[in-house]
Amino acid sequence: MYIRGCTMREITYVEALNEALREEMRRDERVIVMGEDVQLGYSGRGGLFLVTADLMREFGPERVRDTPISEEGFVGAAIGAAITGLKPVVEIMYADFLLCCMNQIVNVAAKLRYSTGGQLKVPIVIRTMIGQGRGVGSDHSQVPIAWFMNVPGLKVVAPSTPYDAKGLLKSAIRDESPIIFFESFLLYRTKGFVPTEEYIVPLGEADVKRKGTDLTIVAISTMVPCALSAAKKLKEEFNIDAEVIDPRTLVPLDKKTIINSVMKTNRLIIVESGVKTCGVGAEIASIVAEETFDYLDAPIKRVAAPHIPAPASPALEQLTIPSENDIIRAVREILQG
Amino acid sequence: MYKLLREAEGEGLERLHSDLLIWMYTKMLEIRRFEEKIEEEYRKGLIPGLVHLSIGQEAVAVGVCANLRDDDYVIGTHRGHGIAIAKGVPLDKLAAEILGKETGCCKGRGGSMRVAYVDKGLLYSCPIVGTGLPLAVGAGLSIKLRKTNQVAVCFFGDGASNTGDFHEALNLASIWRLPVIFICENNMYAISVHVKKSTSVENISDRARGYNIPGFTVDGNDVIAVYKIVREAVQRARNGEGPTLIECKTYRIVGHGTTDPGIAYRTIEEIEEWKRKCPIDRLRRYLIANGILSEEDLNRIGSEVEARVREAIKFAEESPYPSPDQVAEYVY
Repeated sequence: MYIRGCTMREITYVEALNEALREEMRRDERVIVMGEDVQLGYSGRGGLFLVTADLMREFGPERVRDTPISEEGFVGAAIGAAITGLKPVVEIMYADFLLCCMNQIVNVAAKLRYSTGGQLKVPIVIRTMIGQGRGVGSDHSQVPIAWFMNVPGLKVVAPSTPYDAKGLLKSAIRDESPIIFFESFLLYRTKGFVPTEEYIVPLGEADVKRKGTDLTIVAISTMVPCALSAAKKLKEEFNIDAEVIDPRTLVPLDKKTIINSVMKTNRLIIVESGVKTCGVGAEIASIVAEETFDYLDAPIKRVAAPHIPAPASPALEQLTIPSENDIIRAVREILQG
Repeated sequence: MYKLLREAEGEGLERLHSDLLIWMYTKMLEIRRFEEKIEEEYRKGLIPGLVHLSIGQEAVAVGVCANLRDDDYVIGTHRGHGIAIAKGVPLDKLAAEILGKETGCCKGRGGSMRVAYVDKGLLYSCPIVGTGLPLAVGAGLSIKLRKTNQVAVCFFGDGASNTGDFHEALNLASIWRLPVIFICENNMYAISVHVKKSTSVENISDRARGYNIPGFTVDGNDVIAVYKIVREAVQRARNGEGPTLIECKTYRIVGHGTTDPGIAYRTIEEIEEWKRKCPIDRLRRYLIANGILSEEDLNRIGSEVEARVREAIKFAEESPYPSPDQVAEYVY
């Protein structure tokens, strides 16, 4: 990847997030980080996965706060701090633990601005990790992105590359709405190029990760690298030219980029690693069916997890995460139709 | 760790300034008259949704807020009209909010249960029981980090003291030594469930001990006693000495909400007994006995209050509803 005038460096997804936090904390003293194990973690540097590495060393324990295992309490406290002048970035260790503070997120953070007639803003970012893919089992592997898309008042972000992770986290911190920011364990160690210079990625803009003409694949979070490798194989082995779009932000959703692509390719597949029922794909499929039905030459397909809790055994867990082959199979089905 | 039951401590000891006593009397009366009118409006079908009145509990809101500056933060509850009036929300904006009008303090989007008026420090009234406590903790954290000497006050009921939020919030406020004052309005009933049936301790303030913070129980129908105990807590908070839990034992004379007659789970005798403990009558007697105000003065205050309440209700009734084309404003 090359952006004119920028020096590029290759870093991991985790490093990209860490840089975003550090830069925004330097830029704005109202930004604070709160969560379990954010000060030290296993490494002594901060965070179980090093996203908050070395932040306490630079910004001190007032701005980088370890919390008790008390999600409802500290997310509520972060909301209270957000409406009184701070900009908290909260870490929820696994996305599943969002359920331990669902009340504060959905009943309070998402509603405060509306219910007070615009008196309050809630500039809070809740970062969390999808734990899927490491055998941590049913309540540490869920992909609850769609649940939060259903809540007016929340914005939902799910970057798939180091470049997007850094640029979107910086935008999220500067935004004034409550944001659920989904990271992914399977993406944490992936590498990518980011500019040395400062940049941001605006919320609400999809990115065409690969241009193509035969069909559109909309891929979410963890599934973006998988969709890209599937697209590569489709081209090499079947001469099928897939366009791959990463919405990056699910709320607000960049419908236009998706619709324009479908109007060009006339076929759509949505790939997500969460459960298919009422998932992100269901929403995107509905939007495309409502707004651009006449352009479709084949049924829309969803590639997603089956309606099964995540098993701990690796032999079973892999069956619940869509694979490159699942995508290829779905593509061939609709192109043969 | 200490705990006091300050029954009717208002009499004797320190005499508060007359202006403060008159302000407290006027505010309590304003709340009472306002809520009586609101009930009438509800019966007329002019109020959407649920309305929870605090008739009988006025001394808690007033005794607490008498200690606060405009820039001190308050989080209220679903039973929050009294708290709003005591913190300085104008009666007309409050009435209009309850009636769902555009001129309401939340432009009619919040309604009776979610009153907020940030100009006077009322951040929000949280109608999900218990949920407000962590918000107040966060306001306290913000105060501490911004190094202002504000305080954050959270009102909640006896029912809320059994939620996880209560316990998580007290723990956080304690470990971070935040300037938060937790005010439990113990009116003995969570809708129809008596506090003895639902709660493991005799006094909710006992729970402070588990979080290593000061806890007090006070007669919540004695506005002077409430004022004094909260004054100490506010001083501690402003001095960086951390949070306090104060339980104010009180009673709602009316039902849980305007649809509840309030007699299926309580005896008439019990209700009558608490009517005799009316906090407004008590302060009225005190003001006369101490020569602060005459019957005539009190009656004049009464008519002025009634006129203000009448004006506020009239303003609310005559105000427009929010425009349909603005239904999607303020989502983000």
